[in-house]
Amino acid sequence: MSVPGLLTLTVFLPALGALAILILLRGDRVVRCFALLVGLADLLLSVAVFLSFDRGEGAARFQLIDRITWISAETLNASYFLGVDGLSAPMVLLTGLLGFCAIIASWSIRERVREYFIWLLLLQTAVMGVFTSLDFLLFFLFWELELLPMYMLIANWGTGRKTYSAMKFLIFTILGSAFMLVAIVAVAVSQATGSFDMTLLLEPATMLDGASAALPLSLLFWLFFAAFAVKLPAWPVHTWLPDAHTDAPTAASVMLAGVMLKMGGYGLLRVNVGMFPGEVTAFAWLLILLGVISVLYGAVVTIRQTDLKRLIAYSSVSHMGLVLVGIGSVGAAAGQVTGAGLNGAAMQLFTHGTITGLLFVGVGLIYEKAHTRYIPDLGGLAARMPVAAAALAIAGFASLGLPGLSGFVSEILVFFGAFRAFPVMTILSVLGIILAAGYILWMLERSLFGPQRERFADLTDASPLEAVPLALLVASIVVVGIYPAFLTEVFDTAISPMVDVINSTSALTSAGTAGAR
Amino acid sequence: MTLYDIYLIAPQLSMAALAVLVVLADLVTPRKGLVSALALAGLVAPLAFIVLHIYMPNGLLVAGTGNLAEGSGSDSMTLLTGFLPGSLAVDRFSAFMNLLVVASLGLVFLSSIDYVMKLPRLRGEFYGLMLLSASGMMLLASATELITIYVALELTTLPLVAIAAFLPNARSSEAGMKFLVIGAISSALTLYGMALLYGFSGSTTLEGIALALGGPLRDDVPFGSYAVLVGIAVLTVGIAFKLSAIPSQMWVPDVYEGAPIPMVAFLSVASKAVAFALLLRFLYSGLLPYYGDWGALLAILAAITMTAGNLAALAQSNIRRLLGYSTIAHAGYLLVGVAAVAQLGGFGGWASVDSLSPSANAPSAAALMLHSVQEGDSSIGGSFTFTTFGPSSVLFYLVAYAAANLTAFFAILAVHSRIGSDLIEDYGGVFRRFPFLAIALAVALVALIGVPPTGIFVGKIYLLLAAVKSELAWLALVGAINSVISAYYYVRIIRVMFMAPESEAVAAVGMGGIQSRTARVSPFTLVALGLTLAATVLLGILFGPVVQAAEGAVSALPGILIQ
Repeated sequence: MSVPGLLTLTVFLPALGALAILILLRGDRVVRCFALLVGLADLLLSVAVFLSFDRGEGAARFQLIDRITWISAETLNASYFLGVDGLSAPMVLLTGLLGFCAIIASWSIRERVREYFIWLLLLQTAVMGVFTSLDFLLFFLFWELELLPMYMLIANWGTGRKTYSAMKFLIFTILGSAFMLVAIVAVAVSQATGSFDMTLLLEPATMLDGASAALPLSLLFWLFFAAFAVKLPAWPVHTWLPDAHTDAPTAASVMLAGVMLKMGGYGLLRVNVGMFPGEVTAFAWLLILLGVISVLYGAVVTIRQTDLKRLIAYSSVSHMGLVLVGIGSVGAAAGQVTGAGLNGAAMQLFTHGTITGLLFVGVGLIYEKAHTRYIPDLGGLAARMPVAAAALAIAGFASLGLPGLSGFVSEILVFFGAFRAFPVMTILSVLGIILAAGYILWMLERSLFGPQRERFADLTDASPLEAVPLALLVASIVVVGIYPAFLTEVFDTAISPMVDVINSTSALTSAGTAGAR
Repeated sequence: MTLYDIYLIAPQLSMAALAVLVVLADLVTPRKGLVSALALAGLVAPLAFIVLHIYMPNGLLVAGTGNLAEGSGSDSMTLLTGFLPGSLAVDRFSAFMNLLVVASLGLVFLSSIDYVMKLPRLRGEFYGLMLLSASGMMLLASATELITIYVALELTTLPLVAIAAFLPNARSSEAGMKFLVIGAISSALTLYGMALLYGFSGSTTLEGIALALGGPLRDDVPFGSYAVLVGIAVLTVGIAFKLSAIPSQMWVPDVYEGAPIPMVAFLSVASKAVAFALLLRFLYSGLLPYYGDWGALLAILAAITMTAGNLAALAQSNIRRLLGYSTIAHAGYLLVGVAAVAQLGGFGGWASVDSLSPSANAPSAAALMLHSVQEGDSSIGGSFTFTTFGPSSVLFYLVAYAAANLTAFFAILAVHSRIGSDLIEDYGGVFRRFPFLAIALAVALVALIGVPPTGIFVGKIYLLLAAVKSELAWLALVGAINSVISAYYYVRIIRVMFMAPESEAVAAVGMGGIQSRTARVSPFTLVALGLTLAATVLLGILFGPVVQAAEGAVSALPGILIQ
């Protein structure tokens, strides 16, 4: 089933909503309710996109394509080209889901409400655009479009050292995208048609090859990697993340951790794995090394945190490191690469999005009511806020990889895949999961349980509206945990062609018939 | 000199005539609004002549067959009669630059009607001098002969020097003085470079120089000869004054801070544009045989200029000084496009450029094969592929930069006339007080970073494409990293406008006393601001026509060498 324009509508509906708020609507209440409606509509649209994605045998790899020539072929051969494949369809769903949750999580915003929702909705359009663009120029356009809304959200409605954190986020991301811009330009120049078409670069027949590329392929690979690693974030370019997360308002943290970090992982899978099969196998050891460092370093630092948001932020560094570990699975012996590691990496993007989103929504609720995120000051909240505490606990359990919840599925896939390639590294990264059990349980114990405190005596639980995102995200965590095929079979339609390309490339290399540089 | 020659320089002549007319009208009429209206309306004359040139290159006298817009017929009309043959070229390149000059002058006039009304004296002279400078710029865009180039350069600069010193305060006088002295030094250098080139080639026309340079030269010396080497180096330093590029950039921040804002807006856009036009014509017409030498020179100059400009801008507290340093940085970006000239064969990605052109005669894809003027000369040996990519990216970027920078300056002009300050810290609360001005300035600054969807982003992509195609990927990387540095200081202004608490200067607006501090923004300024703002954004989305016009304009450039 293919509906032309469905994807375009899904991407631009939030932006249209923002425009309507800018021009038409006045009054905080009206704006808030309207934003909620837009978010709900976009969630339904993204569900429609996900469900209408044909995952059967023989279905086209890219579906729901909207394509218009943007610039004449003579100058910059770019087009407005949207489409989804098995990798991006779940990401669209994730963005719709978390965007909706973020709007509800913003219900308590009282300052400059109109402006706030305009930025939040613009942000959603930008992220949706990144996941659905199949033209590099358009991809970059959406990639940059996300910067200013997020900057504004953190700098205006954040807490603590908000302007510092916002600027740090901006500079890190722009630096990464500067590298990416050069790489995109070089890729376009290298193409025989000067085209920015990403689908061509995924096909073995039309893929970049070392002889015709304007820059060495390995350089291009690392230029792209720089941009995505900043976003992921991988050690050592992760330092913007704890600051940005800690000082951002709840909804911005949800969007930041839930979907924007996924742009980095998505880019790695789509570009670095999909378009540079030779380089990704050659450098797999380095990717998995960075991944393991991120996992362990993130976990060790997390244990030392006393601020709830900072703790979740560092745990994100650790968990996103698993994406790199999963990608490292392509370093298996020539022709032996399986889809497990890459599927796990892709799954990790989705599951970490929902889990961390839930964690941030829960912590946001606690902060809003208890007015502190300092763990030693908290305690005994479970009795006062049973719903919020239960949701937070479920998210915590999913985060530490409890079987039956979604986090377990992606982690086990990552480890299965990576073990075939780098057993020692994989075992080291499993240590990160053990540490995760430590810090998550410790965090839950100190903040939710323990003796009740006098000053929290009049805390109220989550209101019905506030419980909606908690329920939605818990549901997604449980469903994916029990029936992962719901997602994996979709992811696999995109991963298996990539694996085939990698296997054929590495087979050629090992046979010595062709250099894959 | 025939009537046809006069027709060909009619845009410049009508511009100069308008200048005289405006000054005379100022003497006669007591109604000062009339002078502004005349200056603005009078621009229709040069505009009409440029458009006539494009569609009727042969004039009304000869039955026209050619059409510059479509590139059929004669591509370039050179003045061949008269006593200085080959001194001016009227082609699509000059038409493109002239349109840019006239359009930006019109917008500047529109935005500054209120500003000029409030000048204590010399209102007519303000318009007259601006128009005179514009006629010099238009002459410069067409000049193909050393003496003409020099005259046009002086005609461009001197009226602006007078305007820079217009205001009765010390900063303005300082701006005028610096502009004059450094301008004089660089024009002396330009003249010295020209003398060396003339001495070596025996010709003052670019065509003659190109032919002479094609002759047997030493291949162990850059540019084939010490005379040419020193000549080009000195000439480049001279032209760098107008480009606001290193090493002749030190006047920029002071003039931007002290001179009247409308003049700075015009200077930053039009003067820079024609200076690049001159550089392109010089290098791509007269010195094309030595593209390898000057390409490397300009690439290094570009890297230094953009980095120095951006680093210096980081520390500025005055928004006009900051934009002064930012214009230096942008001169660096633009130089990337000039340096991205051509590439010797054997570059895989290069063939793609030819395959881009569906038809051989489409000027927009003019991938012209140039054969060496002199076989066996190693510096120009073999054949190389010349594409219009680098120079046309410069032209597009100039248009996009004009839109964004004029937006910024019009917003600053409007804010300045309300709060009477240019300090960035005084911009606190501007968003709440003047939301449209703040949004316009924010869009302009975002555009100047080079973030989509704005014209400069497309221009930047285009420049980077040109650089990578010319194997200047390192320069592309330097440029991309520089835009990160620039993001820091541009975003800082946005942050102050949108987030900082209301400053005293903003709070004082409309509180009485000072007459100029009314809360109302001139409607003319708002219209001009709206136009440039729309152009800034539209150029980022619907840039096709401008890209094609730029490529068409550039395809007229190497016409001298191609027989």
